[in-house]
Amino acid sequence: MSEVKLPNVIVDHGKCIAAKGCRTCIDSCPLDIIAFDPVDGLIKQVHDECWYCLPCENDCPTKAIRVEMPYPIR
Amino acid sequence: MATQQLNADILVIGGGTAGPIAAIKAKAKSPTSRVLLLDKANVKRSGAITEGMDSVNNAIIPGFATPEQYVKEITIANDGIVNQKAIYAYASRSYDMICELDRWGVKFDKDETGFFAVKKVHHMGAYVLPMPEGYNVKKMIYKQIRRLGVEVSNRLTATRLLVARDGRIAGAVALDSRGGDLVVVRAKAVVLATGAAGRLGLPASGYLFGTYENPTNAGDGYSMAYHAGAELSGLECFQINPLIKDYNGPACAYVTGPFGGFTVNAKGERFIKSDYWSGQMMLEFWRELESGNGPVFLKLNHLAEQTVTRIEHILHITERPSRGRFHAGRQTDYRDDLVEMHISEIGLCGGHSASGVWVDEKARTTVPGLYAAGDLCNVAHNYMLGAMVFGAIAGEDAVDYAADLPAAPDYEEAQVERERERIFAPLARAEGLKPADVEYKLRRLVNDYLQPPKVARKMQIGLHRFAEIRADLDRMKADNPHELMRAIEVHAILDCAELAALASLHRTESRWGLYHYRPDYPEKKDEWFKFVEVRKGADGKPEIFHREVPECLFPIDGEERQAYDRLRIEDPSALKIGAH
Repeated sequence: MSEVKLPNVIVDHGKCIAAKGCRTCIDSCPLDIIAFDPVDGLIKQVHDECWYCLPCENDCPTKAIRVEMPYPIR
Repeated sequence: MATQQLNADILVIGGGTAGPIAAIKAKAKSPTSRVLLLDKANVKRSGAITEGMDSVNNAIIPGFATPEQYVKEITIANDGIVNQKAIYAYASRSYDMICELDRWGVKFDKDETGFFAVKKVHHMGAYVLPMPEGYNVKKMIYKQIRRLGVEVSNRLTATRLLVARDGRIAGAVALDSRGGDLVVVRAKAVVLATGAAGRLGLPASGYLFGTYENPTNAGDGYSMAYHAGAELSGLECFQINPLIKDYNGPACAYVTGPFGGFTVNAKGERFIKSDYWSGQMMLEFWRELESGNGPVFLKLNHLAEQTVTRIEHILHITERPSRGRFHAGRQTDYRDDLVEMHISEIGLCGGHSASGVWVDEKARTTVPGLYAAGDLCNVAHNYMLGAMVFGAIAGEDAVDYAADLPAAPDYEEAQVERERERIFAPLARAEGLKPADVEYKLRRLVNDYLQPPKVARKMQIGLHRFAEIRADLDRMKADNPHELMRAIEVHAILDCAELAALASLHRTESRWGLYHYRPDYPEKKDEWFKFVEVRKGADGKPEIFHREVPECLFPIDGEERQAYDRLRIEDPSALKIGAH
């Protein structure tokens, strides 16, 4: 799994409940850029294709995600 | 990779705005039919309204506007080249659709009596219905999908339609962009609702996914309809929108206009009479940007604190809610600062301009059993509500069409095998070009050669460059199903670029303001009062032809006809409204 080096979709792993099976943000993303890494059990941004549309952030049940503007348009 | 076989009576491709309503209406009309809704993403959050909508731009509500007035307004806004019957089909169902959405729980702005609070933004009539709590539209629609038992299949990117020997539609082929399977769907009827071609031009930021449209909408539907033999209409009538610079989302005049916001130049002067998005308005906007008066700004800093707060409560929570975050990062505050604007990359979109798959008033394309709705179809200026109404029309008519067929038509298996090869080839290559690099180059060339002002020699060079990129398609390499999806999208973007260039070259006049502004043919000519259409010819190459504008249901007076040609404010000093 190739993680994005400088993600703009920031996951707070302290709040994230992926370990309990939550995959809400992965389902919400229209571009399919968020994935679960089975190696370390963490949710990560895996493609640099964010539309900064925010469903991942708004649907997260524990408010563990924050989307920043991608660098080119910041 | 494995092959999955699915069957449906009615297959709806695209789960954004038009598609879900098509599926809902088909299932409601015929509960025993198998209705399957496919989406490239997840229907719960896919398409242009993933975070809802901040206003209905074309509400036709009794007491404010009539269907006849609306048909006339859009006819004038689109320079007369429209099929009024199709626009009237939307207009006559507009109010019923709003009432139905209202019953489903979608929130519209209402006055103190509880009736819809319509605002005026258009040049002539009043059609804008704000949605200050419009963030939940998709959720309310999804409830109906579940209630009726519509089958949903997510993360499937449809790539080609299947066509029977007699030309009827027979289904579709799709890629499972997670598991990597090939999915073959047999169906009696297909509704295409895949949205705009939103990844055609490259945003000025250079960021591939910083598009105005949801970038999932890469133009797949245009390409699929074309290869199935359908007629595409008005591809030279580009979508170009005035947007927040760099953020590349709407500013948004529909929301701020009724509160007193407007567009100004660097001198703080208004220069356009109406902020309603039309090609004529965009031409004035572009001229101002390019003149010594540029750049152009959205002005809200003359408004009262409570008004600005209300505007923020709409713009920063619906449709493109990261707008507020973007402004904060640039230290821009509506209270003190002007918001710098620019124009978007080009795209194809029926919903905003008129470039789409040709449909009649029943949403039928020219291929039997194939329907198109939403931004993909050519019903001019149809927007979100028009997408929903045309989805409803398509879904209901598809039920009748499918009822007459004993089974999904047979197709030649070779179609599936050819498609399997096309989709999966990048996975088999040991090395090759990255799909993102090919896409970047293609879209940069689209900007260089197709962005208005359009010039013949430039578009001819563009076509040569596009042909070179076509050879590069066979050199792309993908490492996983996600990249395969991106690679196959590049094929669709290239089809859209070529067809848009051919249609634009063919129409040797200027029309629709900036959408088809040709300095080499600056005049609008009566001989071009017709549709420019394109379809796949017998030789497999694009064939350009004309379609006469159907007879008007509601003729336009000579005086009215030019209303959208007079959008520039000639003497700004006479109009210093609200300037500090």
